[in-house]
Amino acid sequence: MKIGILGRKVGMTQIFDETRAVVPVTVVAAGPCVVLQKKSPSTDGYHAVQVGLVEKVGRRAITKPQAGHLKKAGAGSVRAIRELRGEFPDLVPGNTITVDLFKDIQVVEVIGTSKGKGFQGVVRRHHFRGGRATHGSMFHRAPGSIGASSDPSRVFKGTKMGGQMGSGRVTVKNLRLVQVDAERGLLLIRGAVPGPRGGLLTIHGIR
Amino acid sequence: MSENIEAIEKQGQREDVPVFKAGDTVRVHVKVREGEKERLQVFQGVVIARKHGGVRETITVRKISGGMGVERIFPLHSPIIDKIEVVSEGKIRRAKLYYLRELKGKKARIEELRRD
Repeated sequence: MKIGILGRKVGMTQIFDETRAVVPVTVVAAGPCVVLQKKSPSTDGYHAVQVGLVEKVGRRAITKPQAGHLKKAGAGSVRAIRELRGEFPDLVPGNTITVDLFKDIQVVEVIGTSKGKGFQGVVRRHHFRGGRATHGSMFHRAPGSIGASSDPSRVFKGTKMGGQMGSGRVTVKNLRLVQVDAERGLLLIRGAVPGPRGGLLTIHGIR
Repeated sequence: MSENIEAIEKQGQREDVPVFKAGDTVRVHVKVREGEKERLQVFQGVVIARKHGGVRETITVRKISGGMGVERIFPLHSPIIDKIEVVSEGKIRRAKLYYLRELKGKKARIEELRRD
């Protein structure tokens, strides 16, 4: 069965594993999450559970319609809400998901929003090589040709050009879950994870 | 830094690290695994740098072995280290002693710190 949880990136550090090697880990403060709603094919066209990350939320951060939605599930203060696709027969609205569920999970998939890099040129964004800096080359970091001339008389969709980089949804698969700290509600995931510290993450456990 | 990270880093930290700084000569007892058996190997040399902090701290130890300079970087809190002994304290004027790499023979010595 698939399981998922929401969390926030705390930061990175390193720990020593049982073979005494250094393991770089990202610390994620995950859960507790509360199940807000279940979606089924008959009402919504697909299976999913809507979960919210329980955390301290300012008085005015929740609108009245949101508060009503939370109240229906008996949930307290929730800011971040995400859906986990799939059928979860043993979850009903009001249930809590904690890191305990990840105890015997080794591999996870992490979804987050990458750090925004702004408008970037083609060298940074697509690893174009750029031109020679000196000897009068006059071609430095420009993209070069973006296509042929009167045939096809247009630029093909998807042509790699400059533009907004980062700040998009990124999924990283097959990350090793190194440690679960149930007491503090932390997951230690090997390697890096998308987004800034404090960024919202969805973690799927793969059994 | 977050208190959660500090707590995790505390767990991996060892308590038995002696006080020493760059310029000091240390003996690092390293656990070496040879097949099934484990033995101790001693690496003695001058600490030329201490870097980073917390569990991530490392030391660079330099010694001259058979006329060749040899440097080894140890994660200070690594479980492969059995113990660290401070042999002598050095009298130095900077925190990173990378200049020793360029020096040979008598010039590459470090004067011992006298505490009177």
